[in-house]
Amino acid sequence: MGESAYSFSLTTFSPSGKLVQIEYALTAVAGGATSLGIKATNGVVLATEKKLRSTLVDETTVRKISMLTPNIGVAYSGMGPDSRLLVRRARKQAQAYYRVYKEHIPVAQLCRETAAVMQEFTQQGGVRPFGVSLLMAGHDTHGPQLYQIDPSGSYFAWKASAIGKNMTNAKTFLEKRYSEDMELEDAVHTALLTLKEGFEGQISGSNIEVAVVGEDGKFRVLSASEVSDYLEEVE
Amino acid sequence: MSIFEYNGAAIIAMAGKECVAIGSDLRLGVQFQTLATDYKKVYRIHDKLYIGLAGLSTDAQTLFHRFVFKHNMYKLREERDMKPATFSQMVSSTLYEKRFGPYFVSPVIAGLDPDTSEPYLAGMDTIGAIETAKDFMVAGTAPDSLYGMCESMWRPNMEAEELFETVSQCLQSGSDRDALSGWGAVVFVITKDEVIARTLKGRMD
Repeated sequence: MGESAYSFSLTTFSPSGKLVQIEYALTAVAGGATSLGIKATNGVVLATEKKLRSTLVDETTVRKISMLTPNIGVAYSGMGPDSRLLVRRARKQAQAYYRVYKEHIPVAQLCRETAAVMQEFTQQGGVRPFGVSLLMAGHDTHGPQLYQIDPSGSYFAWKASAIGKNMTNAKTFLEKRYSEDMELEDAVHTALLTLKEGFEGQISGSNIEVAVVGEDGKFRVLSASEVSDYLEEVE
Repeated sequence: MSIFEYNGAAIIAMAGKECVAIGSDLRLGVQFQTLATDYKKVYRIHDKLYIGLAGLSTDAQTLFHRFVFKHNMYKLREERDMKPATFSQMVSSTLYEKRFGPYFVSPVIAGLDPDTSEPYLAGMDTIGAIETAKDFMVAGTAPDSLYGMCESMWRPNMEAEELFETVSQCLQSGSDRDALSGWGAVVFVITKDEVIARTLKGRMD
């Protein structure tokens, strides 16, 4: 099969000009757990649901938000294994940049590099597109930034965005709640409220994950107890 | 004979108050035969960043073109100029890539920080070991006499004109004690809002 005439890219244009594989990938993302990000004046917050199929899974070992460099992190919606490959590539890219320039890669650069990987997987032979959308948050010399990257490899900077299940509702909610002069603490509250809105069951510090990057440029995934404290504040 | 002494060079970079100067001699030779007396060894990367390349001039030219290439790519990617420290690290890693078959050059980098106008000076060996300095940096075929001149002439917080005078005198007097460099000099003074470039005549023998 590898040698045959059918070994070209799976993602081939349909007669109407669409790449259906990419649309299916977006469907996979839309079925995944909700993730959202909000950019504040002095930082960015990422939040995501951490739903597990069984109560027997040790939830303390499940991590859905990953640090890429000390000042950049990423959350995903969609297929977990696919996200891990992207995280590995992004980390490697960031270290390659650091090796050459001895400074951390700017958020926009890392986002572009990661988006390039995702684009390649829509055109290369023998591969399928990634079943994930990413929310990349970071703080550098250009201030706090939030990017969304989709399976097609397209990316945009957002003030606030949501991906995965309930993304439409979450985005509508964010549109109402967002303000330009919001600070990081308010943003965390808004993020939790948004997540809570579409949450099935009882929200708690152990079934969601929250990360922040502030003006100190340190990306940090909050511990379950810190998240619980924030949850008490919004109630 | 060392390959570093094939063409001959004298380069000095010096820091002043919110300004830096970098200059080189103008001789290009093949051992003791002088081929040209208008050969600059200092190159512009952008308005606030210059690099001097002493050593084998064929390698210096190739390397400079690679730096221009890399800097152009960086500008397209990041929509900004490289900061002096960033550029130094890039030069260093470029040189170390050729650890076991190096470019026979010793670079000297002089620049101003785009935000603070603080001077940046660095020198390197042929495989990219960086050495930074607050006062001055030299390279070439007569580093001892250049060092001697700089050590006795440098003063902290010199203004652009005084800095130009000091670098010029150090270059001229330093390369007068060297058979492989001299024949005039060129000096660039980089300040916050302009670059002053002057060509000097020296002992033309």
